[in-house]
Amino acid sequence: MNMTKITAILASFLLLAAAHAQEATPPDVLVKTVTLEVLELIVKDKEIQAGNRAKLLQVISAKVLPHFDFDSMTSLAMGQNWRTATPEQKKQLVDAFRTLLVRTYASALAAYSDQKFDFRPLRAKPTDTDVVVQVRVLQPGTQPVPIDYSMEKTPSGWKAYDVAVGGVSLVANYRTEFATVVRSSGIDGLIRNLQAKNSQLGQKK
Amino acid sequence: MTRFLLRATALLAVVAVSGCATSPDADPRDPLEPMNRAIYNFNDSFDEAIATPVAKAYRSVLHVEIRNRISNFWSNIGDVFIGVNNVLQGKFQDGIEDWARVAFNSTIGLFGIHDVASDMGIEKHDEDFGQTFGRWGIGPGPYLMIPFIGPSTLRDGTGLVLDFHFDPWNDVTPSSFRDPMWGLRLVNRRAELLDASSLLEQAALDRYIFLRDAYLQRRRNQVYDGQPPRQRDEDVNEPPKPAVK
Repeated sequence: MNMTKITAILASFLLLAAAHAQEATPPDVLVKTVTLEVLELIVKDKEIQAGNRAKLLQVISAKVLPHFDFDSMTSLAMGQNWRTATPEQKKQLVDAFRTLLVRTYASALAAYSDQKFDFRPLRAKPTDTDVVVQVRVLQPGTQPVPIDYSMEKTPSGWKAYDVAVGGVSLVANYRTEFATVVRSSGIDGLIRNLQAKNSQLGQKK
Repeated sequence: MTRFLLRATALLAVVAVSGCATSPDADPRDPLEPMNRAIYNFNDSFDEAIATPVAKAYRSVLHVEIRNRISNFWSNIGDVFIGVNNVLQGKFQDGIEDWARVAFNSTIGLFGIHDVASDMGIEKHDEDFGQTFGRWGIGPGPYLMIPFIGPSTLRDGTGLVLDFHFDPWNDVTPSSFRDPMWGLRLVNRRAELLDASSLLEQAALDRYIFLRDAYLQRRRNQVYDGQPPRQRDEDVNEPPKPAVK
């Protein structure tokens, strides 16, 4: 056997192992690795520290977004109105909601200053496909702030479909807001509303 | 200051009258929405014109380390009645921990400016009279926006009156020292919340609704100490249990 062949076989094994690992990463491990990786990136990056919002958004898009299921988040936040939306409206809603959440998430990260994290052990059976991963943010002088990720197992790995900070679920919170806007100006009104909010945030930086 | 208070009272009278007219599709948890919205707008203007600039100035003048010490000092005073509330809720172990925190932080922690108890692994809790009432089975009642203070409910607002009434800082003399310190305490509190309020501004389509729902969710979570019974999605907007008068 020549060296090329051995290398090829080794490489394919590694790829297989990697693919397998990707699929099997348990949700709590996933949350921990992604959180620590992103925080290390933003703390070390001089441009982000200097307030470069575009770069921060890039990091979030690359590292965090793949682990969220925005279709689920949007449909849950829409509640019953989701069923009456056309496919085109659904797509626009998901896009606009995603942009809004990412911008908000970026602001939360930008306010980060060396708080410590306590990653709680997962309380779930190995067969569970819907779990809550608990993280606590520790800061002196205040009670730890819990962050709960509701996650679902999908063919492309575990994906978060809701985040609750201090017991406040994002999806539940947007549900009333969305319902109010839809009642007064319809689904298209909500889409316009979200897009206007996004462009306003985009200008402010 | 007197003129300001007069104006505030006049404004309240106006909004209280307008508050009687509720729209048919009002949120059942917020029957006083028109009045609450008016107070919210008033609070928002006050916050924008005075509280936020003062809090920002405070934050830029004092280094974060010093601000943390100050926050610790007030947090230590708060622990006394967090303990009382834990005991009133039957959580004796937690109450004893709260008082142990006060004991350690007031002594080794130099009047509370160092949170040595947390370093020792005695975690801070978060309790108040509103939560105690909730624990006793009293529902939140109608949502209330309180002038200068912010979101509350009939239950939590009543609790807040007791929180202020029993606050150990009221026993400090002379008043020429006590009262200005109350002011600084509130400024420090507002400064702690600066990041949260800018997030609210970013995330919300309608800040009033977003704040209200976040407040109600958070209080529910606090009453159950972070383990609220799971609600079905559709039930999130359920009408509140009747408040005990």
